[in-house]
Amino acid sequence: MNIPDDLLYTKEHEWIKIEGNKGAVGITDYAQSHLGDVTYVELPEKGKSVKQSEALAAIDSVKAASDIYAPMSGTVSEVNEGLESAPESVNKDPYGAGWIAKIDIKDAEEKKNLMDSKAYKQYLESIKE
Amino acid sequence: MQTTPLINEHLKLKAKMAPFAGWNMPIQYEGIIAEHNYTRQAASLFDICHMGEFYVKGDALNIGLENMFSFSVTNMPIGKCRYGAMLNENGGIVDDLVAYRIAKNEWLIVVNAGTIEKDFAHIKFRLKKESYIENRSPTLTKLDLQGPLSRDIMAKLINPGVANLKYYTFNHFDILGERNIISRTGYTGELGYELYISTGKAVELWNLLLKDKRLKPAGLGARDTLRLEMGYSLYGQDVDDNTTPLEAGLEKFINFDRDFIGKDALLRQRKIGVKRLLVGFKADSRKSPRHGHSITKDGRSVGIVTSGSFAPSLSCGIGLGYIETAHAKTGENILIKSGDVEINAAITAKPFYTKGTARS
Repeated sequence: MNIPDDLLYTKEHEWIKIEGNKGAVGITDYAQSHLGDVTYVELPEKGKSVKQSEALAAIDSVKAASDIYAPMSGTVSEVNEGLESAPESVNKDPYGAGWIAKIDIKDAEEKKNLMDSKAYKQYLESIKE
Repeated sequence: MQTTPLINEHLKLKAKMAPFAGWNMPIQYEGIIAEHNYTRQAASLFDICHMGEFYVKGDALNIGLENMFSFSVTNMPIGKCRYGAMLNENGGIVDDLVAYRIAKNEWLIVVNAGTIEKDFAHIKFRLKKESYIENRSPTLTKLDLQGPLSRDIMAKLINPGVANLKYYTFNHFDILGERNIISRTGYTGELGYELYISTGKAVELWNLLLKDKRLKPAGLGARDTLRLEMGYSLYGQDVDDNTTPLEAGLEKFINFDRDFIGKDALLRQRKIGVKRLLVGFKADSRKSPRHGHSITKDGRSVGIVTSGSFAPSLSCGIGLGYIETAHAKTGENILIKSGDVEINAAITAKPFYTKGTARS
C-alpha cells in the first residue's frame, strides 16, 4: 500500500498535500483499492466553502457511491476536470493524476486533526485487525 | 457463511471475497470493469457452484410438474433448456429458473443460490406422491464459461462435440472421468456454456479450464454488470414473491395455453392491467443509479430502482426499476433521486447492450 511521506491523512482515507496556504486533496491508495473501479467523480463547484470533515465531493465506483470529506476547511480554488472523462485516474494514480480538488486553506491549525504517513499506516493496520 | 469447493482457488488468485446470498463469493480478481470487458471480448470463467440443482423424475402431467412453472415442461424436446418462473398462487415469483429435459420423464431444475431451500420445499409440497425429487445442490456443482472464445476453448479442452450445441440446448459429455451435462446457456448475453460436475471435481475442472490462457476468472461483480447490460432480472432484487411476471416484463416466458400455479391470478391481473412495470433506463451521464433510489417525474415519486450500476460497455449509468404503468414508455425522461443525488435518465428498450454473441 502506497502511503507517501509528504501528505497528511484523514480517518476517512482522504489525503491533503499542503503547499503554502493551498492544499490538494484526493483519496488514498487504500481507499481506491477498496472502492474498486471508479466510474464517476462528482466534483465540487469552484468557490465552494467547506468545513473540515464535511462532504467535499462524491465518488461512484461500479459497486458503491461514497462521499469524500474535506481534510481541512477552506474554499475550493481548483477542481480536476480531467476526472470527468478519465475517472479511472483515481485508481491508477490516486496521489497524482487522481487528485480531486485544491482548496485555499482557512485554518492551518486544523493540521493537528490529521495523521502523518506513519500514523496513517498504523491506523490502517489497526482497522485491518 | 457457506463456501464453494473453489474457495481456496479464489484465495490463491487473490480474489476480493464478499457475502452473496449466504455464500462467501469472489466479487472480483483483477477488477470488475476489466473482467466485464474481457468477457465481452474473449472469455471468462465464473464460479457458480452456489446455485441449486434439483433432479425430478416422473410423468410430468401426473405428478404435477407440468403445472409447476410458467412454461410447459412436457412440450420441451429432450436436450432442451427453458427459462421461466415458478409462481405462487398469487402469481408472485417464487424463483426464476432454467429447466433441462434430460429424458422423457426426467428433468434437472436449476435455481438461484438464495432460494434453494424455499424452492425445494415449494416443489416437494406440490408434487404428487408418485414423483421423485432430489436436491443435488450439495453434490452437483456448476461452472460458467462465457464469452465469444468460449466455443473454441470448450472444443479444445473438453470435447469438439460441444461446439455443436445450439443456444439453450445441452448434452452429456465425458468430463474428468464422469459423464455430465454441458449446456449452451448463461446470463451474460455472450456465447457461453454451463458445465455441471460432481462437487469433488470442481477444483480439477476449474484448473483444467484455466490452463487455456485465453480464459480468465471473473467474479460476481462482472456477472452482475453483464446481466444488467442485458436487462436480465436478478432474483431478490428485481423480482421476488411479491412481483408477478406481468409486472416484471417476463410475459414471453409464460405459456398460458395450459394450467399452472398462479395462472388464475395472472389472468386476473392481465384483465385489470398492471399498476407498475419493470423498465430499463439509461442515465445521460456516468452516474450510477442504485437499488432503492426513487424514480421521479415532474417532482413526484413514480417508482423505485431495483438494480443499478455503471455499464462498462456503454460508459453510462443504467438501471432497472418499477415505475407506474402510465410512465413506462420508451423514451420517457425520468429523474433518479436519493438525498443529494440526482441523475437524469430516460426509459430505454432492453437489452441495453445489443452486440452480445449469445445466439451466434
